Amino acid sequence: MVIGIVLAILVFRLFYVPNDFESGERGFMYSYYRQSNELEWENQPIKYLDTGKQHMHEFCIECHSHEVEIRTEDLHGVIACENCHGPALDHPIHPEKLEIDRSREVCLRCHTLLTYTTSERKRIPGIDPKEHMTEYECVECHNPHNPRLEDM
Amino acid sequence: MKRRDFLKKSILVIAGASVPLSALQMVDPKKVLAENLDIHWAFLIDTFKCVGCGFCVKACKTENNIPFEANVTRTWVERYVYTKDDRRYIDSPKGALYGYTDPRIDMGMGEYKEIDPDNVGKAFFVPKLCNHCITPPCTQVCPVGATYKADNGVVLVDRSWCIGCGYCIMACPYGARFFHPTLHVADKCTFCYHRITKGMDTACVNACPFGARKMCNIRDIDDPITKIIMNQRVGVLKDEFGTKPQAFYIGLAQEVR
Ligand code: HEC
Ligand code: HEC
Ligand code: HEC
Ligand code: HEC
Repeated sequence: MVIGIVLAILVFRLFYVPNDFESGERGFMYSYYRQSNELEWENQPIKYLDTGKQHMHEFCIECHSHEVEIRTEDLHGVIACENCHGPALDHPIHPEKLEIDRSREVCLRCHTLLTYTTSERKRIPGIDPKEHMTEYECVECHNPHNPRLEDM
Repeated sequence: MKRRDFLKKSILVIAGASVPLSALQMVDPKKVLAENLDIHWAFLIDTFKCVGCGFCVKACKTENNIPFEANVTRTWVERYVYTKDDRRYIDSPKGALYGYTDPRIDMGMGEYKEIDPDNVGKAFFVPKLCNHCITPPCTQVCPVGATYKADNGVVLVDRSWCIGCGYCIMACPYGARFFHPTLHVADKCTFCYHRITKGMDTACVNACPFGARKMCNIRDIDDPITKIIMNQRVGVLKDEFGTKPQAFYIGLAQEVR
């Protein structure tokens, strides 16, 4: 009877457990897994393509060199384009145009006045969102690519 | 089985069981090199540089298809505010998906706490994510072998094998795991496995305007980020749990756990 159950379990196991189930370098306790799953994660689609200022926005610069040029010298140069324009995906094929987020919320992420002198936040000029020109979107007055007040 | 065979096998088993122990001495670079494995991913977070804009959370959710409005996220940013009369406030509304656009502290249940700007002693932001521990408690408790530590150090979940029992979510001391609202499996940070294996940065590292997040291969001692981890004063979260986290923090305060 017991032998029968054991045999049944073994047979069940043989068919049910994928045969690439193996333990990795870290042994049975931490890594006993279906090896092909690693590949499945590797093959997830990539959505964000801009590489940021460190690499001169090497993806976007190809076609939008104008925007990249004004941006890399200005104060907002550090912000990767896709933070405000959304993921590139297969742009410019699909989507043809990236979205343009003109909402106040984008700017307020960094420019809400918080009096935190002990964090990097102290370096960013802050405004009170309930006081500063509440009727308009920020980009109607400020250029998001070059926010320099002198250039307004 | 003969006694001789039994002893032989026992020795083999004991020797085998003691191997992982020696594999755990991560912090000593020489030992790391001696092991001669080329890649082991680690993360470095500089809390001085974080401004709490939440672009990392937004990028992570988009890149990894985590339902945007659902209150779960693979990475999040916490705000710590200490007042001069020694009160401490911590919040993370929606994991900082929309940043911190309110100087008031979100106390939960729709309550907000005003803090007099003159009373703010120190305040800072702490980005958090899965620590990809060397001895991850979450993979130990999985009853079906659906979550595991890959050889390059990344802790992953096998979505087709996970039965959604939730043990791992309970086991994680950092609260880095959650239940995926649409796929109904456990989910967690993968270090953007599909990006790092192709030589790109993770979505959050890429999105961070101020370089508060960095990734490195901790086995490559010429990597500038690895050098920071090796040479500067970095800390890890909940060291006493013995999980050996691989997310290192610059400027960690005692209250941050
Ligand atoms: C291969 C060339 C190419 C690359 C690379 C590229 N774009 Fe574009 N982009 C285009 C074209 C073509 C359009 C359509 C322009 C038009 O119709 O006015 C466009 C439109 C846009 C628009 C909308 C402009 C408008 O007037 O509505 C935005 C925003 C944008 N791109 C941002 C980006 C960002 C950010 C990147 C980098 C992640 C990028 N693009 C990379 C070719 C490119
Ligand atoms: C801080 C947010 C922000 C960042 C970062 C940003 N943009 Fe923009 N971008 C905007 C906004 C807002 C507009 C719409 C401006 C307007 O309506 O006048 C815009 C407009 C554009 C347009 C359309 C220009 C036009 O005249 O119609 C392009 C192309 C563009 N951006 C490309 C880029 C590229 C490339 C980068 C990275 C180098 C970038 N943007 C970074 C916010 C941003
Ligand atoms: C990722 C954070 C971030 C976001 C989002 C952001 N900014 Fe800024 N902004 C900065 C930084 C950093 C500076 C430069 C501070 C410095 O070094 O002086 C700055 C400077 C400015 C300045 C002051 C320029 C000056 O001459 O002093 C204005 C105005 C401004 N930004 C407007 C905007 C607007 C409008 C938006 C929304 C489209 C926006 N910012 C979004 C980070 C941000
Ligand atoms: C109606 C036009 C207008 C709108 C809309 C507007 N601003 Fe301004 N902003 C100004 C002017 C003018 C100044 C410079 C004078 C001043 O400091 O008040 C300024 C100054 C600033 C400064 C610099 C403050 C400092 O102390 O250096 C920041 C930051 C800023 N704005 C951010 C924003 C943000 C973020 C928004 C959207 C929520 C916004 N602005 C909307 C006109 C505008």
